[in-house]
Amino acid sequence: MILLWGSNARETHPIFFHHVLKGIRNGGKLFVIDPRRTSSAQWADTWLGPDVGGDISLANAMAREIIHSGLANEKFIQHATSGFDAYRAGVEKYTLERAERETGVPAEVIRQTAHAYARAERAQICWTLGITEHHNAVDNVLALINLGLLTGHVGRYGSGLNPLRGQNNVQGGGDMGAIPDRLPGFQHVENAELRAKFERAYGARLDPKRGWHLSAMFEAMKRGELTALYVLGENPIDSEADRHRAVKLMSGLEFLVVQDLFYTKTAELAHVILPGSAGWCETEGTVTSSERRVQRVRAAVPLPEGARDDMEIIYELARRFGRDWGKPDAETIWNELRSLSPMHAGMSYKRLEELGGIQWPCYDESHPGEMYLHSRLWREPLVGPRAPFSVVEFEPPVDELSDEYPIRLTTGRHLDSYNTGEQSRRFPSPLRREATLDLSPEDGKRYHVSEGEPVRVSSRRGSVLAPVRFDPGLRPGLAFLCVHFHEQVSTNDLTIDAVDPKSGTSEFKATAIRIEKCAEH
Amino acid sequence: MSEQAQAPSPLTPIPPAPAPEIPPGVARRQFEIIIDGNRVAVAEGATILEAAKKLRIETPTLCFLETLTPVNVCRVCVVELEGSRALVPACSRKVEAGMVIHTDSERVRLSRRVVLEFLASSVEVRTAPQLQEYMKRYAARREKFGPRAATVAQPEKIDNELYVRDYSKCILCYKCVEACGVDAQNTFAISVAGRGFHAHIATEFEIPLTDSACVYCGNCIGVCPTGALMGKTEYDMRKAGTWDESRQTHTETICPYCGVGCELTVDAQAGQIVKVSSPLDHSVTQGNLCIKGRFGWQFTQPKT
Amino acid sequence: MDLHLNAAKPSAEERAAIDAALEKREAPGHHAPSHVERAPAASSNGLPLRSKRHLLLPVLHAIEQRMGWISPGALNYASLKLGVPPAEAHGVASFYEMFSLTPRPPVVAHVCDDIACMTRGAGALCAELERKLGPAGKPCVGGKAIWQRSSCLGLCERAPGALITAAGETPRERVIAPAKAEGISSTLTEAASGKLLEQIDSIDAKVSVPQAGQPQLRLLRGVGQVDPASLDDYRRLGGYEALRRALQWGPERVIREVMDSKLLGRGGAAFPAGKKWEAVHLQRNSNRPHYVICNADESEPGTFKDRILMEGHPFAVLEGMTIAAFAAGANKGYIYIRGEYPLATERLGHAIRTARAQNLLGESILGSGFSLDVEIRRGAGAYICGEETALFNSIEGYRGEPRNKPPFPTQSGLFHQPTVVNNVETLVNVPEVILSGGAAYARVGTANSSGYRLFCVSGHVVCPGVYEVSLGPTIRNVIEMAGGVGGTGRLQAVLLGGAAGSFVSPKELDTALTFEGTRAIGATLGSGVVMLFDDSVDLKQILLRIAAFFRSETCGQCVPCRVGTIRQEELLERLVQRKPLGSNEQETALLKEMAQAMRDASICGLGQTASGAILSAMDRWSLFS
Repeated sequence: MILLWGSNARETHPIFFHHVLKGIRNGGKLFVIDPRRTSSAQWADTWLGPDVGGDISLANAMAREIIHSGLANEKFIQHATSGFDAYRAGVEKYTLERAERETGVPAEVIRQTAHAYARAERAQICWTLGITEHHNAVDNVLALINLGLLTGHVGRYGSGLNPLRGQNNVQGGGDMGAIPDRLPGFQHVENAELRAKFERAYGARLDPKRGWHLSAMFEAMKRGELTALYVLGENPIDSEADRHRAVKLMSGLEFLVVQDLFYTKTAELAHVILPGSAGWCETEGTVTSSERRVQRVRAAVPLPEGARDDMEIIYELARRFGRDWGKPDAETIWNELRSLSPMHAGMSYKRLEELGGIQWPCYDESHPGEMYLHSRLWREPLVGPRAPFSVVEFEPPVDELSDEYPIRLTTGRHLDSYNTGEQSRRFPSPLRREATLDLSPEDGKRYHVSEGEPVRVSSRRGSVLAPVRFDPGLRPGLAFLCVHFHEQVSTNDLTIDAVDPKSGTSEFKATAIRIEKCAEH
Repeated sequence: MSEQAQAPSPLTPIPPAPAPEIPPGVARRQFEIIIDGNRVAVAEGATILEAAKKLRIETPTLCFLETLTPVNVCRVCVVELEGSRALVPACSRKVEAGMVIHTDSERVRLSRRVVLEFLASSVEVRTAPQLQEYMKRYAARREKFGPRAATVAQPEKIDNELYVRDYSKCILCYKCVEACGVDAQNTFAISVAGRGFHAHIATEFEIPLTDSACVYCGNCIGVCPTGALMGKTEYDMRKAGTWDESRQTHTETICPYCGVGCELTVDAQAGQIVKVSSPLDHSVTQGNLCIKGRFGWQFTQPKT
Repeated sequence: MDLHLNAAKPSAEERAAIDAALEKREAPGHHAPSHVERAPAASSNGLPLRSKRHLLLPVLHAIEQRMGWISPGALNYASLKLGVPPAEAHGVASFYEMFSLTPRPPVVAHVCDDIACMTRGAGALCAELERKLGPAGKPCVGGKAIWQRSSCLGLCERAPGALITAAGETPRERVIAPAKAEGISSTLTEAASGKLLEQIDSIDAKVSVPQAGQPQLRLLRGVGQVDPASLDDYRRLGGYEALRRALQWGPERVIREVMDSKLLGRGGAAFPAGKKWEAVHLQRNSNRPHYVICNADESEPGTFKDRILMEGHPFAVLEGMTIAAFAAGANKGYIYIRGEYPLATERLGHAIRTARAQNLLGESILGSGFSLDVEIRRGAGAYICGEETALFNSIEGYRGEPRNKPPFPTQSGLFHQPTVVNNVETLVNVPEVILSGGAAYARVGTANSSGYRLFCVSGHVVCPGVYEVSLGPTIRNVIEMAGGVGGTGRLQAVLLGGAAGSFVSPKELDTALTFEGTRAIGATLGSGVVMLFDDSVDLKQILLRIAAFFRSETCGQCVPCRVGTIRQEELLERLVQRKPLGSNEQETALLKEMAQAMRDASICGLGQTASGAILSAMDRWSLFS
């Protein structure tokens, strides 16, 4: 059984979804939880369409139902988890009826889903930004982890909890320490012993305190504590929630360096622009996929004139800062990483090529890599610490619906487009269609708007013009805008910068809007 | 409670545990069969094709692909099975204990040759290197049915910027239909339509792809053995006479467009990407990609 | 699934016709098989939509019958209602001769110009229709009708035959045989003016069954003597006694008796019926559900015996089928009947409804605890669907393309479940086996060809029709039974077994019409066709028509058959036109080479036999040397 939660993988992870479809053909069950009845949901045995932000209520009600029906995996809970009693007490108030009130999903369907998940021989929960682009993103994820622990659907072949990554190296970025509190290999920067290992290897002192995540950086800009920014391959002006605020803060920076392939909206504000490289086809290196598989990328074509390999830019900068790192190639840098990150130690370039990639952890050159994580939780005796339950509570989205802003807007991707569109708009996709405000046909009637008609869409932060498109997969009261065409419809003029304090992710998925017929039309 | 009972601290690394096991598959019985006088043992459920491969016997195939369900329609893989009235398709016939098979008898050679002649006399095979090689191997002559033999010649279909369909080259191997359908993409934009010699691959009512269910994953191109389906870039370059495989490099890398980790084979000529595909044997893609992976590379090209 | 429809919309009539067809099919007794490919269900709030793909063919029929053609909008709506991708629905619709995917006048005359009708004036008939109505395939009668040539319609005993179909709110079908240009033309005019056709003609037993009323008849007993719509009449003939006995015996005993009877399939392949039943029965605990199918897609040129049985003796077909289902442990049966048989369809439909009302079908038949429901599926003009695996695909809503065997139907048949497929005539023999006992039945006929069997005698013969025989008669005996050679009275050739059979010469008339007798001269009994050609016939034209038949009926799936059948026709045309490539001998050698590849490498019997009759004639008469 696969529980696809807050993900339209059919369009955002098409090749992953091929594997899901194979599973369905082999008799597997697919449940999709998504406010929209997406093309993924149309393949589901059961689709649950909660109101945006209702995930914790749903998950907690499922947990309560599982516990009350005696379907919790008590042996596993006893053996490998902690905090169950508090968790059980915490979910007790989430009755099916309460969840139905809070999410709109019929109690009976929640019950069936809970039972199917708990009874499945193997079950996994896969999620995407529908879970994480919320002000309580980490709580959402914890709610799903709780379900996995409750049923023992973790650490076993075919089971597990899988965030589906949106870019080819989101996982790799984290692995390499692009997280405020981690060094490469998820080694905590505040662990003095680990930090010392890196300091010895780098011959430099490292800041012993955790840094800022993206949202915290914006907060710091606001406070005037962050005045210079080096942006590599990111286009925050178009991708940040509440665009007005992002423009204002970044325009106020004393020094902004942008390293990118394109002259993006962000680059327009930069003091220095460094033309970089397309990592996947112009340079050598590795990326790490959603399933922790480290894979080689290779240069297939030469760099365009004037552009440089991103690595080269960095060590040229280092040289200008007075440190000569030489000109190590990608493999040399990788081998240094292997010497510092135990979970990558066994991944020589030779092995990566021979095996077509290796899934971390891979501790030495005889280690095969691990197809799934957390099998330690099933070892007798338990290896390592217990896995903790977390008590999490339902909190509706920050941007509240009101008479003035009665429609819930959510955002996402199209199959043929990608993020702010810098890359994907440059090929002639026959599927390409402009940004539209997708509404349920019922809302079309209700607001007297017709398909193709431009309407004014306003939130508490801004307003845009967008043509209407009817999508029968949307329930009344729910609207959808894609994020790809900021030139045409600047979706992030509308979105809220309410941020999850733990992950730093903004609540892109839940904006309160109203629509008005366009006088000028 | 022991130390282990405590909740983990992010400051402390979790100790390595033994690598997890992957459950073993169901043990299969082994069957012994005889192919061309040689004994070979294969697992129950294996095909004659797989058994022959074990003996390094090369069997021609056109409609067969490891990643697709065998449709056994091209019949170029037929072999002689003792006790069977007709020849049997090696690609899909499962082995049974004691089978005695001949892969190169007169009968087999005749059927293979005639099948190739049937195809080549009705279909344009210019961009089908594999088929041409088989024709040489079996001394097949396409001209033997005379100059007025019916063909499937027809104008190319160019209705979008990403790929071209030239059904004059279609041998009706069903691979594209399978890749578009249950074997991979599950989009079902195309099907075999019509009947007999006029059976052909089509959208409903032959509507242009742009009105159809097509999502331009191009997985049909990836499996087409004859060049009937071709990326527009390759098509244009062939037309202009600039397509030159001898000058092309093939580089394996990873698609940038999501976190699934699809392996790409990037074909480049004169420093420009001309085609992107994925290896059939890659566990993630099995040769399949989506529209972004297969066609979304143009942002790397210098503007022309 | 995420179905993507194109922009075409259905009309109100199309929508209503599709809805009505589905409503009818979703009535009790028409439940979707629960294990049908677990097609990922489009789901809405936890309520999955069952895959209804197996209703595609009936829905396409409903559209065609209402509108006279299948429009893009109608196909879209059908796709939506059934959860079938429109490209695949189109692939299925375009497979069948009876469906039009371009606008077509509502009234259509299908005029048979196949070999049996050729001997009885089909050529002249078509020529006259051309003079009267204009060329085939072009609208006539003020654009409201059209006539077109057709392969064998199974009306050979009353050749030449024609089938008129009139689409509309009350769709009608009517057979005219023997047909004259005047009759066809006036019927078209009548139908085109909106008058309802007299629904269907009725069987004239004296013409179709010249033996009618003779006391020794078993399979044909009662045909033409009693009312085929009357269950009481059938019971008076001893009907349903066999079923009663079988239910008492239990499946094992039934299978043993049928094994002992040596009853061989009458569809052409001559496989022992009992073996099929046993193979399915043995899986009763491991692989359920089971199906039983009555193959009534009789389409072999020159074959019409199954039609006569279904029209004249429908309850016997049902009784045999019920016994087969009981033995095999099947609770669901399909009768797959060719689309060109409106009267047989009607009679069987009536018989099913009557039997259901009398508890001879349905829940716990006659209180036995054994339940069976039977559904009729109409073919839509595809010879290949008589091939059992193609037939499965057709019922399931896929293109009627044969599957590779193995696995055999008894292991993996309809919906990939164990399935018994028996021909109509085989099933009508079943009650005889039960009533007389297997051993006694085996003593009828010859050692290797036991029991009763029917021959379809047509062409240049005095009394064409269906003849029942029980001993192994010679070809000469059968011709004599039918009143002797007709036409010029001088026999040139006899075709045995239909287009997939072989020609024999007058010198071979003393061959016994048994499996072993025909095998000895390299011929086959096939479906019991005995078609006579007098010396006025140009056999080359007959061979060309046979080649055209295979070219038009090949499904197109496998290369040897798809291309081989057209190359064979091209080659014969060259020979007939005396424009061979090289010499006639070279052409003959080429044909033999092609024939061998088709026989050896084709997926199914169609390609494997497509050259048999042609080569048999060329061998016997040196036609082109």
